[in-house]
Amino acid sequence: MGVVKADQMILNIGPQHPSTHGVLRLEVMTDGEIVSEIKPHLGYLHRCFEKHSENVTYEQVIPFTDRCDYLASMNSNFGYVVAMEELMEIKVPDRVEYIRVIMGELNRIASHLLALGVYGLDIGAFTPFLYMLRDRERILDMFEYTCGARLLYNYMWVGGVSHDLPKDFEKICIGFLDYFEPQIAEYNNLLTYNKIFVERTADVGVIPSDVAVSYGVSGPNLRGSGVKWDVRKDEPYSIYDRFDFEVPIGSGKFGTLGDCFDRYWVRMLEIKESTKIIRQAIKDLPSGNVHQAIPKKIRPPKGSVYRRTESPRGDLGYYIVSDGSPVPSRVKMRSPAFTALSCLDEVSRGWMISDVIAILGSLDIVLGEIDR
Amino acid sequence: MTTTEIKSTISDQNSGAVIENEGLSDNQIEINGSQWLEVATFMKEDPNLSFDQLECITGIDTGDGGSLQSRYNLHSMEHRHKVEIVINHDRKKPIVPSIEQVWRIGDWFERETYDMFGIEYEGHRDLRRILCPDDWEGWPLRKDYEGQDSYHGIVVPKIKEEDGWE
Repeated sequence: MGVVKADQMILNIGPQHPSTHGVLRLEVMTDGEIVSEIKPHLGYLHRCFEKHSENVTYEQVIPFTDRCDYLASMNSNFGYVVAMEELMEIKVPDRVEYIRVIMGELNRIASHLLALGVYGLDIGAFTPFLYMLRDRERILDMFEYTCGARLLYNYMWVGGVSHDLPKDFEKICIGFLDYFEPQIAEYNNLLTYNKIFVERTADVGVIPSDVAVSYGVSGPNLRGSGVKWDVRKDEPYSIYDRFDFEVPIGSGKFGTLGDCFDRYWVRMLEIKESTKIIRQAIKDLPSGNVHQAIPKKIRPPKGSVYRRTESPRGDLGYYIVSDGSPVPSRVKMRSPAFTALSCLDEVSRGWMISDVIAILGSLDIVLGEIDR
Repeated sequence: MTTTEIKSTISDQNSGAVIENEGLSDNQIEINGSQWLEVATFMKEDPNLSFDQLECITGIDTGDGGSLQSRYNLHSMEHRHKVEIVINHDRKKPIVPSIEQVWRIGDWFERETYDMFGIEYEGHRDLRRILCPDDWEGWPLRKDYEGQDSYHGIVVPKIKEEDGWE
């Protein structure tokens, strides 16, 4: 008897499916239960960010960047203003740099909490999601206290930030960290060491490091494959070279190096590193005027700049071309989720349909950023 | 390696590939489009260069009926150097060899640039639109782009100079 081969079947996952993390359609070619090919169809959320940017002034682009990666808007703002300041050669006051780092790292924690919580949800663990959202809520409260918005901040401006830190922010932030750090152990007990969770993620969807680099996979996904690369450490921007923190990488803790569990675990460790950075930044926070270096008119000289920063999802790059007018000639966003999603086809081949959900969740994509 | 050293390494091995251009900034090298695939393969595989990361491909319309450009930001994790490659395309017939099989991420980046600028990447195995619908007309990020009036019976709103949106 020969090998029993079931008929080829095409299965559409999405665009309205909770585990696609937004409006993404996956055309999955299957052989029985085994995936033979995946064709992702993007663009359902395409809002012409790059075309819009060519019709508004430089400062008006910042609210658009919020809406690209809506789970880490601070980091989206951050990347854009860092690129703009490099183009215009603006020196930003120290206080502004410290505030930006605090906000960026707080947003990284919030984004990772959502990523980890939703990842548990994808795989069937409902409770950890509620615990993580509860703590994320406290970070959003702090953002609301600072700039009035909970999700889309428009907080970082070219040369400064929109508001100085409110009264007692340092105290509130330290209070939050004191509360939050012990929670990480609770998450680990709830989700990380849960046998069902480990069985679903360990050894599944291995991305070897050379494949990851070739596909431009970045951030926690790349570090999960064991490549020690973090833009904050390796190409420091802002004032990240002043802080002492580790870059966690995957080690094949429960399975193979570069599997879904490693990517999950790297995020969990990164949360811890972020709290370390925030503590250092609050301790050294200098005084000063946060509006002092904001230029009255933004007219960068002719030229172009490409700058990448470390967003919670990876290398977030902005390519900005200026023709000397107050309106950008071209703004291109190199989004980390876009590159991470591109490797889904290669990584998922040969796995079961249910594993595709686990792999997709472990990549932590945000469709707002992929479709722009 | 500095950009000048990278440039001389490339031109030593690939004669005629590097185009001298005074208008470029310090980190940019202009490459002859027809030789791009050989140069890209060389840049990835040469042990002194070993550009293993393709960070970004940006399409640019220089405007006023000028040329279209593809810009490639490359980075080497091993040697910690980076460079930006500029390739000029003829506006009427923008064709350049695809590097999709050199750096796999080139696949989606090239599809995106094709989608927005209509630059054709020769040798790409699956060159189709990625963000816009398959039957969209025109190349949205070109400076002379004019949107279509309707799409499957849906009127496409346009900006009017005085009154804002229609």
